[in-house]
Amino acid sequence: MFKSEAASWFRIYEMFQFQSFHMYGIIGSALFFGVILIQLIKRFKLKSVFGESIRIPDKDKSFYRYMLGGVIFGLGWGLTGACPGPIFTLIGAGFFPILIVLFFAMVGTWIYGLVRNKLPH
Amino acid sequence: MEWIFKPWPWYIGGPMIAFVLFLLLFFGKNFGMSSNLRTLCTLCGAGKTSRFFNFDWKTQQWNLFVALGAIIGGWMGANWLSNEAIVQLNPDTINQLHQFNIKSAGAAYMPEELFSLQALTNPKVILSLSLGGFLVGFGARYAGGCTSGHAITGLSNLQLVSLFAVIGFFIGGLLMNHFLLPYFL
Repeated sequence: MFKSEAASWFRIYEMFQFQSFHMYGIIGSALFFGVILIQLIKRFKLKSVFGESIRIPDKDKSFYRYMLGGVIFGLGWGLTGACPGPIFTLIGAGFFPILIVLFFAMVGTWIYGLVRNKLPH
Repeated sequence: MEWIFKPWPWYIGGPMIAFVLFLLLFFGKNFGMSSNLRTLCTLCGAGKTSRFFNFDWKTQQWNLFVALGAIIGGWMGANWLSNEAIVQLNPDTINQLHQFNIKSAGAAYMPEELFSLQALTNPKVILSLSLGGFLVGFGARYAGGCTSGHAITGLSNLQLVSLFAVIGFFIGGLLMNHFLLPYFL
């Protein structure tokens, strides 16, 4: 994450400005191989190292939670330039103000847990 | 070996992410970083406040190790594997950011105006990072996943709902980036 610069706030900003192919290349090529990989796993019913069949849980069918939650997440992503993975990468890289982002991401998760029954899903 | 110290191009980073997805699936797990936020809440005792956090965190222990790996990877990337970590941005991007007073654009890995310890003396920066973090955590759990869970795992698994979520990510991101961000910098 660090070396491919996907953890850089600048790269996320640049992506949302459509001024570079870099981030689209990363996500696109990850998807390209990801789709092939999962198709192969399903076609050949590949087993995990523990001998169990590999299952990827289907996401719940719904629209509101994904769209509304997605927009809220996107607002935060656009502001901090960090999704949950890179938050951890940046802690390791020594950009300590990201700890504020981590703390409040936990607070956000916690508040969601408290009010989720009142939200449209 | 010189290339290892330079920034890695997208066609290295992207396939490596797919490889992480493969490893996690192969070990009977799933790729989803934001689940760790829920586990961390549980570890802090949030189970007393909502059933949502009432689960055996040990079943998610492996995922915390993935996060620990990301921390170690970030440390290695920054301390061992880089001569100078400067993100080579599009000159237009640099110009724009300079206008928003982000002077470190084109000269750093992260904007010093937001992510240096010195920046934390500015209350506005603390507010922006706090609000952004809150939105990331709340939104990721509401949407049932973040970039790794939806944009990588979900879309790779051809889940239509993950496409809704990713479209949502971009609506939110574009809104912030083009209209709201100037007020937060």
